Amino acid sequence: MLYREAGQFKTNYRDDMAVFPILQDRIGILIILIIAFAVVPFVGNNFLLHAIMIPFLVFALATIGLNILTGYTGLLSLGTGGFMGVGAYACYKLTTTFPDVNVLVWVICSGFFSAAIGVVFGLPSLRIKGFYLAVATLASQFFLQWCFIRIPWLVNYNLSNAIEVPRRSLFGIPVTGPEATPQTRYFVVLTIVVLMTWIASNLVRGRIGRMWMAVRDMDIAAELMGVRLLNTKLLAFAVSSFYCGVAGALLVFLYYGSAEATAFSINQSFAVLSMVIVGGLGSLLGSFLGAALIFTLPILLPHFMAGLGLPIQSATAEHISFMIVGALIIFFLIVEPHGLARLWQIAKQKLRVWPYPY
Amino acid sequence: MLCVKPYGMLCKIFVVPFYEMWDLPDIFVQTLWEGLVGGTLYSLIALGFVLVFKASGVFNFAQGIMVVFAALSLVGLHSLGVPAFLALILAAGIMFVLAYSVERVVLRPLVNQPDIILFMATFGLTYFLIGLGELIFGGDPKVMITKQLYIPTGALSFDFGGGRVELQKLDITAMVVASIMVAGLAVFFSKTRIGRALRAVADSHKAALSVGISLNQIWVIVWFAAGLVALVTGIMWGARSEVSFALEIIALKALPVLILGGFTSIPGAIVGGLIIGIGEKVGEIYWGPLLGGGIESWLAYMIALAFLLFRPQGLFGEKIIERV
Repeated sequence: MLYREAGQFKTNYRDDMAVFPILQDRIGILIILIIAFAVVPFVGNNFLLHAIMIPFLVFALATIGLNILTGYTGLLSLGTGGFMGVGAYACYKLTTTFPDVNVLVWVICSGFFSAAIGVVFGLPSLRIKGFYLAVATLASQFFLQWCFIRIPWLVNYNLSNAIEVPRRSLFGIPVTGPEATPQTRYFVVLTIVVLMTWIASNLVRGRIGRMWMAVRDMDIAAELMGVRLLNTKLLAFAVSSFYCGVAGALLVFLYYGSAEATAFSINQSFAVLSMVIVGGLGSLLGSFLGAALIFTLPILLPHFMAGLGLPIQSATAEHISFMIVGALIIFFLIVEPHGLARLWQIAKQKLRVWPYPY
Repeated sequence: MLCVKPYGMLCKIFVVPFYEMWDLPDIFVQTLWEGLVGGTLYSLIALGFVLVFKASGVFNFAQGIMVVFAALSLVGLHSLGVPAFLALILAAGIMFVLAYSVERVVLRPLVNQPDIILFMATFGLTYFLIGLGELIFGGDPKVMITKQLYIPTGALSFDFGGGRVELQKLDITAMVVASIMVAGLAVFFSKTRIGRALRAVADSHKAALSVGISLNQIWVIVWFAAGLVALVTGIMWGARSEVSFALEIIALKALPVLILGGFTSIPGAIVGGLIIGIGEKVGEIYWGPLLGGGIESWLAYMIALAFLLFRPQGLFGEKIIERV
């Protein structure tokens, strides 16, 4: 009843190409943004902000990055963790070498380093594809992780062999380091994630996104239609790694506080890949939904089970959530290959005709 | 020592390692042997991949965790007081149940889906089995029941080139068992009725269906065969180190093996495994120190990557022809 586009006429091309053509969608997204910016940081406690919202947003950003590569361009990657690590280490090196420059500038800049590495490891994608490419990205994952461990220069030769996030502030307010409040961090992460999502949404529905999708659907046909495979695939690798790199830098600087090379292990890559699959291949909304589900599941499961009167230990909860994630992946692939995002679309379709479906 | 200044690095890369090999042949032979044994185990995992890929076109990402799961079931059953050989049979039974349920729950509903979807389904299966394994058996490493299965331990050592070379009896057993299994599979594939049906399915699903071969049955059989291969791999690998979930990451090294050997070739899996195993050991011992060591973790992938650029279909793989 409420969700209906009847009477909303599109009178020019601009309206037709809008991201949210329906008024209710625009209102909805506005409400979500208002809640995210104005309600959550003031109502939520530190646990909600620091342990759930910040990592959720960061993982959503990484998921968007992988989704650009796997969902939109159809290039399977198992090296997300490594690219996230490049971002984190680059950011650390930059901010310790030039401590006076605003740390947020370096967070964004570290994305470019990650993009460059991504392009290098994306080069084999011109000759190989599918599973072969997955193995090539595994090479990048293990090689990069080895670099993080073996090159002490990356962590300024400190004894712990880990990134120790220094104190940095923005307009006099501490953003990173122990003094930064969860609120500040949350605002920073949220702003970056919202901006980058907005950029991504415009990328994927424009010329570049169409090129990516053409390559995904059939690369030979795309080539015949005049899409340059080299440029398109490498651009996908670059943009994807950029997003992953920024996510990695945010993860370490605003969430972990310090990180060793194991933080960017292959398990991180697998986790992000499962977020992409569960959320929905080729969907930005799906990236958020997938990240939310996979990340919060092990946190919320013990509370949920305790609520049912079956208290379980956190280790058990972790194992069970592993099983649930695995089962969910299989379930979604069988029932709804487009993931949670598709479920939301179906719900919208139902809402449109509700309550009179005929 | 014999490197002069301007050519220092080149010399260290291209001359010194070979000089060391020639100078200390016992260490070289020992390295080759270690690589050979490691390669045998990679081959075994790759063999499981190839079996499934040939018959169902599924890139079975879960082979690594199946190895862990099979070994854990064996050790877990034994720790409950089941005699070792009965536990072995029961573990095989568990692998059969797994194969049957995978076919029923995962493969059958996903028939005719794109390869990437099937791959992701096995990725989901991996997650599921990790969770299940840790829930039932716990996450801490376990000791393989080597003695109870009458696997010989200890080492044979003999003099060679002015030094001693040690061969673990365990490793020799692993190689013998692996050879027997490969020979057995070869006979099974070429001589039995089911084996012929398997090859028919590998050639063409549709043609196989039209002559009355049940795809579902074949899939259960190949997944069970892959499960048995996983069980043997798990026993051998578990006996060398221990049974833990870390094996699952190591099992990923079977992927470069597959690239080298080709996804559909059993001899390819064997040869590829040996090349990767020997290549990474020799690389680690002789060239590793130049880079600060530990290059074993990625050398296999890099070898495969370099190889891919020249021969994308692998050593024994069929040439990939795509039509628009």
